Amino acid sequence: MTLFERSAKELQESLHNGELTIADLTKEAYARIEKLDGDVQAFLALNTEQALAQAEEMDQVPFEERGPLFGLPIGVKDNIVTEGLETTCASKILEGFMPIYDATVVQKLRAAGMVTIGKLNMDEFAMGSSNENSAFKTTKNPWNLANVPGGSSGASAAAVAAGEVPFSLGSDTGGSIRQPAAYCGVVGMKPTYGRVSRFGLVAFASSLDQIGPITRNVRDNALLLEAIAGVDEKDSTSADVPVPNYVSKLDGDIKGLKIAVPKEFLGEGVQDAARQSVLAALEVLKGLGATVEEVSLPHSKYALAAYYILSSSEASSNLSRFDGIRYGFRAEGVKNLMELYKETRAQGFGDEVKRRIMLGTYSLSAGTYDAYYKKAQQARTLIKQDYDKIFEQYDVIVGPTAPTAAFKIGENVDDPMTMYANDILTIPINLAGVPAISIPCGFDGDLPLGLQIIGKHFDEETIYRTAFAYEQATDFHKKTPQLWEGK
Amino acid sequence: MAKLTKEEVKHVAHLARLAITEEEAEKFAEQLGKITEFAEQLNELDTTNVEPTSHVFPIVNVMREDVAQQGLPRERMMLNVKEQESGQVKVPSILD
Amino acid sequence: MNFETVIGLEVHVELKTNSKIFSPAPAHFGAEPNTNTTVIDLGYPGVLPVLNKSVVDFALKASLALNMEIEQETKFDRKNYFYPDNPKAYQISQFDKPIGKNGWIEIEIEGKDGQPGYKKKIGITRLHMEEDAGKLTHGNGYSLVDFNRQGTPLVEIVSEPDIRTPDEAYAYLEKLKSIIQYTDVSDCKMEEGSLRCDANISIRPYGQEEFGTKTELKNLNSFNFVRKGLEHEEVRQAEVLRSGGVIEQETRRFDEKTGKTILMRIKEGTDDYRYFPEPDLVNLSISDEWIERVRQSIPELPDARKARYEAELGLTAYDASVLVVSKEISDFFDAMVAAGADAKLSANWLMGDVSAYLNAEGKELGDTALTPENLAGMVKLISDGTISSKIAKKVFTELVTNGGDAAKIVKEKGLVQISDPEVIRGFVTTVLDNDTKSVEDFKAGKDRAIKALLGQIMKASKGQANPQLTNEILLEEIAKR
Repeated sequence: MTLFERSAKELQESLHNGELTIADLTKEAYARIEKLDGDVQAFLALNTEQALAQAEEMDQVPFEERGPLFGLPIGVKDNIVTEGLETTCASKILEGFMPIYDATVVQKLRAAGMVTIGKLNMDEFAMGSSNENSAFKTTKNPWNLANVPGGSSGASAAAVAAGEVPFSLGSDTGGSIRQPAAYCGVVGMKPTYGRVSRFGLVAFASSLDQIGPITRNVRDNALLLEAIAGVDEKDSTSADVPVPNYVSKLDGDIKGLKIAVPKEFLGEGVQDAARQSVLAALEVLKGLGATVEEVSLPHSKYALAAYYILSSSEASSNLSRFDGIRYGFRAEGVKNLMELYKETRAQGFGDEVKRRIMLGTYSLSAGTYDAYYKKAQQARTLIKQDYDKIFEQYDVIVGPTAPTAAFKIGENVDDPMTMYANDILTIPINLAGVPAISIPCGFDGDLPLGLQIIGKHFDEETIYRTAFAYEQATDFHKKTPQLWEGK
Repeated sequence: MAKLTKEEVKHVAHLARLAITEEEAEKFAEQLGKITEFAEQLNELDTTNVEPTSHVFPIVNVMREDVAQQGLPRERMMLNVKEQESGQVKVPSILD
Repeated sequence: MNFETVIGLEVHVELKTNSKIFSPAPAHFGAEPNTNTTVIDLGYPGVLPVLNKSVVDFALKASLALNMEIEQETKFDRKNYFYPDNPKAYQISQFDKPIGKNGWIEIEIEGKDGQPGYKKKIGITRLHMEEDAGKLTHGNGYSLVDFNRQGTPLVEIVSEPDIRTPDEAYAYLEKLKSIIQYTDVSDCKMEEGSLRCDANISIRPYGQEEFGTKTELKNLNSFNFVRKGLEHEEVRQAEVLRSGGVIEQETRRFDEKTGKTILMRIKEGTDDYRYFPEPDLVNLSISDEWIERVRQSIPELPDARKARYEAELGLTAYDASVLVVSKEISDFFDAMVAAGADAKLSANWLMGDVSAYLNAEGKELGDTALTPENLAGMVKLISDGTISSKIAKKVFTELVTNGGDAAKIVKEKGLVQISDPEVIRGFVTTVLDNDTKSVEDFKAGKDRAIKALLGQIMKASKGQANPQLTNEILLEEIAKR
């Protein structure tokens, strides 16, 4: 058993009653990484020296001055900028890049007293859903090392699932926190767009990206979101909406909660195990006093097209700054500036990234803008309105996070309906800007399945309340992969 | 819809400053053709009088006061610059 | 065949805010390269722009002063292109909703070569906000980039193609500069780079509606060079067409030494900037109250002042137009008149001795010890006869370097003009007694002799004898002899 099976509350108790020190917790993280990461391959740069030194200092801080996250270890997805700690976005083009500033969320982690253990692997520049697109290593699913952990925050979910760290931060543009959380059997929340500052998050699609917490249980997740949320003067798109005390609202009472289940979420592409786990979950929720009704999100099928056009377009522009001139990989032996640009970017970027850049550049180019980009923005309005309409009458929307459990590494998902379902379960949520969580709700063999709970804008409270009630009535979140025990 | 021509692909690659091989040009021609399929799908939608969403929430007028802060020291700014000379960033010759 | 010239001007004006448009670094930079930047200016991964409110205020002010309509629901857009001085590989600018549109200014052209002078309205199509790029310097086989300038706030002002002669272009630039300087949003100094101008020029046969192919002129470093470059280019284009050639869409550099325009590059089609709305910045919704507030802050502009000087203060059109060129001088003039000084005299002093001094010393009015009060004081002493204009020059020298009170200076230096006829008569008599030759000469018809006599009287009176009175009394006394 490992310390990181304990919740944040339990870990704090251990610190306060003297059983453990912060240095112990920090060393435990590195010991777990030493033992398991050869297999899991979740971590890139490790912050060992700094973290241990920091921990020693923090152990001197009197207990009254410590908050609920003080001294607890966390892993940070490698597209979040950390001063003095190599940040690569899992791309060759940023290999060796040493940031000179901290992302706002990293400053907040510091303020909360969390100890950054290291940077977590991902799909290059957050483009992908399996962590197979990293330039450096392929992260494995701790439940079955032959399977993917999901993506793009695959390692963020895997590290928590493997008990290497109890907390991690991921980012979500089209499902990149929720889907890996489902595949790895952990809790992952994508907050409302604008809830968490994007300053220091290397941009993929600026109007869709959000940073969010990944943990083993709902209460810890709420704690971490509280710590990182809030308006930021450095991010004009962050919302000036007060951050509630999420943890205080976790009372387990969901009597009268009105749940909507869109029929598009349980359609053809969703496989049996996933479907059954969601239906069973709905029964549990009904048993707790909620009502469940079927609804429709009629514009769901346009979400894919709108998403690919909008996200690629924004990404193609956001990634133009990577040219080797001011930082990062710089091609050698070039004769002139044009060659420097073209060779640096051709050699530095992976295939998936290049594909999206090409797609985005094409969508924005002269003559196609109105037909593609503008039309996609209009589709986005219609998709958002679908959600607005449902939320006029219901409190949350529930469905599976993914149509299947984690697929095999290297497996090409051939079935178009499954591929399709993969996307429409998560992407429309980013287009609408609403918050959503994935929590463990069952298994397909030895692989976890996730339940997605979607809420109104800035109503993470209701999502957490619902998730917590469900969690308390089940024990999926208590399960650990065989890997915990080591080989 | 037809896939893109190789010429069109090379033009897009040039706009994006990506060097591509002939094979890659072929591959991209097909993949970019897919996007026209997306666009076709979207054409099914009646979007007359639908406002395009460029910001998902109607926040407006987020601005800061005109107060200057000192710039960062140069050594720090240039920490990751691989080629520099006399405190400036160096690039190879620009053929206009 | 005779051709009509069509000119459009694109002017970039640097706004004098404290900080940059999207980053808090200082907007006006020190000499050392790359010392006035933040991570935002270097286009680091993960950074985000935040809009400087003063930039919007200044852009509104400039737009209103140029008689433009304000686009109240406006936004920023990304203009995507790769160049080493453009760190994000996109410039945040405004594309389809510039903050100002459909404005105009009135220019006045002097009569020349027998043609009468005239006034004309030049339309201004748009004014928009954007960020400046870094500075590139070129070496042999490489270039160096300084990012200090990156992010400096600019407004781009584009005229309608209403300009028909290089002289009109010059007048447009002078008027535009004057108006913008009055609003105090920019120093508009081409020599310092706070104003830059590119010109577009084409020619067409008179009567043809279609515009000819235009060429773009760059590297125009003074208003004079703008005029010269356009003069050269209209001749060049006419020659090409007359010899049966075609005008290519080109960008041409003005060469100051030869006064010619030289080909820089052929423009292949239009650049594809892949504009799209900037997702990192929210939209602007400019209220009527905001616009009103800015409008209230605009001082009386040059044209209005000129009209007032002519109508209410009786100045000539010429004098009025000279006075309003600089707001500093015009404000100073208004304050002098408010302090009771005679308008015409004040105008003369400002346009004459004051301007001459400023030019010779290379100074601004604010660098001297002159104040509207102290100069007005001096002018009043001239008006009431205490001193003559000649004496005033001595007072002026003192005021301009050391300031002070004119009356006091006059007193301390004993410069009071002598207007007592008896005292003057005393001087006159003495001089006439001593210089009988000149008296004889004058009586013999040599009028110039009077000058010699006057000179001596002035010398004897240390220049303080009232010139008019002296003249009268001198003639009287000579007549007696």
